[in-house]
Amino acid sequence: MYNILEIKNLSVEINKKKILRNINITMWGGQSYVMFGPNGSGKTSLLMTVMGMPGYPVKKGKIILENKDITKKTVDERARLGMGIAFQLPQEIKGVKLIDMLKISAGKKPNQELSSDEKKLIKKFMLDEMLDRDVNLDFSGGEKKRAEVLQLLFMKPKVLLLDEPDSGVDLESLKMIGEEIQRYIEKNNASALVITHQGHILEHMGVEKACVLLKNTIYCYNEPQKILESIRKNGYKGCLRCMKRRIKE
Amino acid sequence: MFKMHEKKNKRIKSFKELPGDITRTAETVGIEETEKRRSGSFLQLDESALFARVTGRFKGQIEIMDTKDALEKYDWLHNYYWKLVDMDKDVYTKKAEKEFMGGYFLRILPGEKIQFPIQSCMYISKQRCKQNVHNIIIAEPGSEAQIITGCAVSRDIKAAEHIGISEFYVKKGARLTSTMIHNWSMETKVRPRSAALVEDNASFMSNYVILNPVRDLQMSPVAKCIGKNSVVRFSSLLHAENKSLMDVGSRVELIGDGSRAEVISRAIAKDNSKIIVRGVMQSENPTVKAHLECSGLLLGSKSTIHAIPELLATGEGIDMSHEAAVGKIAEKEILYLMSRGLTRDEATALIIRGFLDTRILHLPSSLDNIIRGLTEKVAEGL
Repeated sequence: MYNILEIKNLSVEINKKKILRNINITMWGGQSYVMFGPNGSGKTSLLMTVMGMPGYPVKKGKIILENKDITKKTVDERARLGMGIAFQLPQEIKGVKLIDMLKISAGKKPNQELSSDEKKLIKKFMLDEMLDRDVNLDFSGGEKKRAEVLQLLFMKPKVLLLDEPDSGVDLESLKMIGEEIQRYIEKNNASALVITHQGHILEHMGVEKACVLLKNTIYCYNEPQKILESIRKNGYKGCLRCMKRRIKE
Repeated sequence: MFKMHEKKNKRIKSFKELPGDITRTAETVGIEETEKRRSGSFLQLDESALFARVTGRFKGQIEIMDTKDALEKYDWLHNYYWKLVDMDKDVYTKKAEKEFMGGYFLRILPGEKIQFPIQSCMYISKQRCKQNVHNIIIAEPGSEAQIITGCAVSRDIKAAEHIGISEFYVKKGARLTSTMIHNWSMETKVRPRSAALVEDNASFMSNYVILNPVRDLQMSPVAKCIGKNSVVRFSSLLHAENKSLMDVGSRVELIGDGSRAEVISRAIAKDNSKIIVRGVMQSENPTVKAHLECSGLLLGSKSTIHAIPELLATGEGIDMSHEAAVGKIAEKEILYLMSRGLTRDEATALIIRGFLDTRILHLPSSLDNIIRGLTEKVAEGL
């Protein structure tokens, strides 16, 4: 087990408004992490910042990938260094086919064939009949999620950033997606940071640690099931109360 | 001043007799020197029709010859000559009539379904040449064919003018696709004047591809869907750079019951270029359906795209629509591709390649590959 990604004291400000405050996360190879938090708490902003998407200026702190500071790297540089993201709302692009995206993700040229393993995975993700369709255009919610995760697996990243991979996905597909991500992580000693609201994907992944992002910072680290049960029982207000109590203690 | 050249060019028997630089340039606009996958070929070099022939096994299925020869051979052809395009329409049609230099007459015989495309090449090799051609295409009832017309100039041409009159007659149940690919120069002035008449259950698909610079292009072909369930589609892929001016339109009159039309254009303007994309759909028949779509991409602070879609509908029940969108490449699309590891330039090229989507032309794979090759060159060059 080795330290893949470290997010150290990360703060992001947009127009003097704090979007993220003092975020600290350490991710180890072969382990996955889940992040809970209400809408607007900054979860997606954190993934975007870690991926290097413009519009999320880092005010302070560092992002370290395999002991290399990537805080100032561009999004494509980070992708080539081993960061991968499955977007919550993936972009539709007219004229760019899903097969183009898969080849790009696999680092292949348009005239290069996909390997038999890659073809098998496409079939498993039930996307073999959608390869010539414009990426994400008129895809159903589930198809978009499957296409995102599949592209990510083709990229073979060291860190997988998964923004709500379970929303809008049917139960059967969810199981398949979760199991494939888990298989990939174990085989490649990679790590995933997963955002989920309902926690459904956790049933099919071996997620070791969880945190709660509230009011733009991380309030709690604990076991995923404990946090999920607590949120179900007491809501995020319960998390806030718990945190205040712990500070007093 | 453009000058008339004397007719010096001797007739030849195949493209192979041409100088290598001409055949190489002609290849860039889809002309196949070997003619192996072509059912017929025609070549207009400067002011002369140099050759026209039908490939062996297609003899008896199509006829192709110099329009001048055809008018001499067939009296009946005068019933088609200048019957769709008005000879007095403008200064260019008048010129084309007055200084008539040939062009091709093509007839696909009744019921013949031609497997390979028919190719015609309009080539300008002389300085300050003005080429005035008149093409007449007749797809007889039940016939099916693809025409590929490649228009090009030699690289060193400083000034040239091309006026092309094309009259398409698509008879009952016939299906005709005309694809024009161009490789003009910054010094070429181009004035096509085309029209089509589409009868019952017939379809006419017109593809216009211009991805290289041109000084000044102005055209607005007209198609009349006179037949019941007749179909017309105009598709164009336009890329203007430098100081190119392209004014490209099309007009469809839907007359026959159940007739349908679609006009789709994709335009990219960069540098100081300007593209005007026009489209007019007109009907008084409540059973028709028509759609007009124009997408424009601006790649330069001084480039201009002017989209002018027009729908002229009279009477209840007509179904016509249009959409037009002009803008720059969406930053979100670039970033999405960059998140998969592409550089900004690679992402931009991929989006442009996708924008100039050859699928809108609905071509067989052999022709699609040619045009896709051209769009890829455009994308790589940006």
